[in-house]
Amino acid sequence: MTTSKWLIRGATIDDGQADILIDGSLITGIAEITGAGSGLTARGAQELDASGLIALPGLVDLHTHLREPGREDAETVETGTAAAALGGFTAVHAMANTEPVADTAGVVEQVWRLGRAAGHADVQPVGAVTSGLAGRQLAELGAMADSAARVRVFSDDGQCVADPLLMRRALEYVKAFDGVIAQHAQDPRLTEGAQLNEGEMSGRLGLAGWPAVAEEGIVARDCLLAAHVGSALHICHVSTAGSVEIIRWAKSKGWPVTAEVTPHHLLLTDELAVGYDPVYKVNPPLRTAADVAELRRALADGTIDCVATDHAPHPVEAKETEWAEAAFGMTGLETALRVVHKAMVETGLLDWRGVADRMSVRPARIGRLAGHGIPLSQGAPANLTLYDPAAPAEPVSPRGASKSRNTPFAGMELPGRVVATFLRGTATALDGKLTS
Amino acid sequence: MKRHLISAADLSRDDALLILDTAEELGRIADRPIKKLPTLRGRTVVNLFFEDSTRTRISFEAAAKRLSADVINFSAKGSSVAKGESLKDTALTLEAMGADAVVIRHGASGAAHRLAGWVRGSVVNAGDGTHEHPTQALLDAVTIRRRLRGPGQDGRGLDGVRVTIVGDVLHSRVARSNVLLLSTLGAQVTLAAPPTLLPLAVGSWPCSVSYDLDSELPKSDVVMMLRVQRERMNDSYFPSVREYSRRYGLDATRMALLPEHAIVMHPGPMNRGVEIAADVADSPRSTIVEQVANGVTVRMAVLYLLLGGAELPGVSQ
Repeated sequence: MTTSKWLIRGATIDDGQADILIDGSLITGIAEITGAGSGLTARGAQELDASGLIALPGLVDLHTHLREPGREDAETVETGTAAAALGGFTAVHAMANTEPVADTAGVVEQVWRLGRAAGHADVQPVGAVTSGLAGRQLAELGAMADSAARVRVFSDDGQCVADPLLMRRALEYVKAFDGVIAQHAQDPRLTEGAQLNEGEMSGRLGLAGWPAVAEEGIVARDCLLAAHVGSALHICHVSTAGSVEIIRWAKSKGWPVTAEVTPHHLLLTDELAVGYDPVYKVNPPLRTAADVAELRRALADGTIDCVATDHAPHPVEAKETEWAEAAFGMTGLETALRVVHKAMVETGLLDWRGVADRMSVRPARIGRLAGHGIPLSQGAPANLTLYDPAAPAEPVSPRGASKSRNTPFAGMELPGRVVATFLRGTATALDGKLTS
Repeated sequence: MKRHLISAADLSRDDALLILDTAEELGRIADRPIKKLPTLRGRTVVNLFFEDSTRTRISFEAAAKRLSADVINFSAKGSSVAKGESLKDTALTLEAMGADAVVIRHGASGAAHRLAGWVRGSVVNAGDGTHEHPTQALLDAVTIRRRLRGPGQDGRGLDGVRVTIVGDVLHSRVARSNVLLLSTLGAQVTLAAPPTLLPLAVGSWPCSVSYDLDSELPKSDVVMMLRVQRERMNDSYFPSVREYSRRYGLDATRMALLPEHAIVMHPGPMNRGVEIAADVADSPRSTIVEQVANGVTVRMAVLYLLLGGAELPGVSQ
């Protein structure tokens, strides 16, 4: 196991090099290296040479499917959080579409406790907005908020809260406990049977089109609702340039709207569907190169607040089938930082300070998650990630800690490597491997 | 030629002409008293049909049998597939049986493509969802060439032929394959349909688009009517079958707008009185019966060329 005292030597933080001293669960010292060194001494501490490595506050994922309870064949809290640790995450928000649905205090507490027991990363359950994700009546949002899991983010993810009145009520109701509604923006009527972004590829491949307007219409409506009732709205997995434009407009009005984008929507396009391999089938669907370019710009300028993986594990048989039969979703925890490196840092759109902001600080703030997303500083919880940006680009292996292998990045050469992850001073990953 | 025939886009102009010319040669043999050729003796062709389509299945079956192949018909109904077996497991079963070619008809777009990744033999797409039906396009091309240009056209394409395809392009595998193949062969293709039944990005296809059938007919050498499903009405693709028929159906009055030499095609099965009037379907301009006959010879040509059968008398490659 790992010692509780660490001296991390020579890590890159923002523009400088620093030594970081961890004692127990806290960062007890952080000092820039000058000609005479940092002055921090390693008495009783295990030393870790971090020269050339970037230190980031531990990554926070606002959007993870851990599948437990119910689909333990695809993922468990144990395996999903192990994948998170390997990807540099110290906290994940577990989506509510489990079986049973996380729509009661009992289920969210169960998931929360499973996360504590696993120990690889903090698991913050997301509660369902409506009972059974059925879109008919509100789940007991207050009970979930008051439970040991202290739920603050509510989402019917996978389903859209399509009923405008129900959405209005949900937004209003969660104000009482500083909650946020995370909307999966998908007009159900406009996407009946939809398979692939509606455009040149869907027409050519004969796959039912998924129009951008099915997302944008809901985004626009919900921004207006959030403004009307003065409640916090978060837009899940924004995938179109049109949604970005609406969110930019809503933010310019000062409305309480935040948004996330997935790594896959920052890198992949619908052209990949050409071989009908359902590993590229995802909800919302992969869009066009123009959408990808706009999503990158929006993440860079802060219109989109954060990256969230929408890690969606599925067993092999759910993907080894005809496109229309296959499940929607891709894994993403283990590759997220490398994808962001390639899509945002290598392109010059974001520096590492920006990556820390979009993958740790802001998602923790949106998720109302105490103890995470705090810039590395003396007295802060020792949640941090060490990343080697100079590691030679290597093809992604589909086999990682996740139980599932439905990564669209398999075989793709991505830069960088997550070297170590610390959760409250305990190393959950070291040298790119799990510690326990 | 490639190992599989999944999309009309897989065919170069030379590939397409080779299939057309081979079909014509095989058609001449079909006129002999003994129709059967020994070329695919000992080879196994599996007809894997997940959708009911008697006409396409018997066409492929007749084609394979005339080439002396062993034919196995595998219908999904009442089989292990109905009990939940996956396409992959079905494919592995066929693989174990040593299928040299698998002809697949399936309700999901891309099913033929997926199958090709799981079997060693050649895959022939006999219609996958709303994607493609390449042998239908090939038989249509043979029919057009022979009817408009006469016999002895070996090596020649359809350059300059004006083809208007009418109806539910959005859901039509026949339309997709025909747009690709006929444009490869030099024809000028126009799609005529209500905007709801055209793909959103149809502007990127190698054809032109019109919402007005009447203005296209005088400029058409070929008009191809697509089957329209009545249930599209319930999804509001058009207000009623009668309105569809009035605006896009081919009746005798509308047929009179066609040039003297123009032909009327339909891939079948027809909805008489909806997209095509009985008078039109039964008129001398109609090629519907020839299309069926040409279907067998085109499918013989495809199987022969994909499986590399023994040399065919009179066909130079």
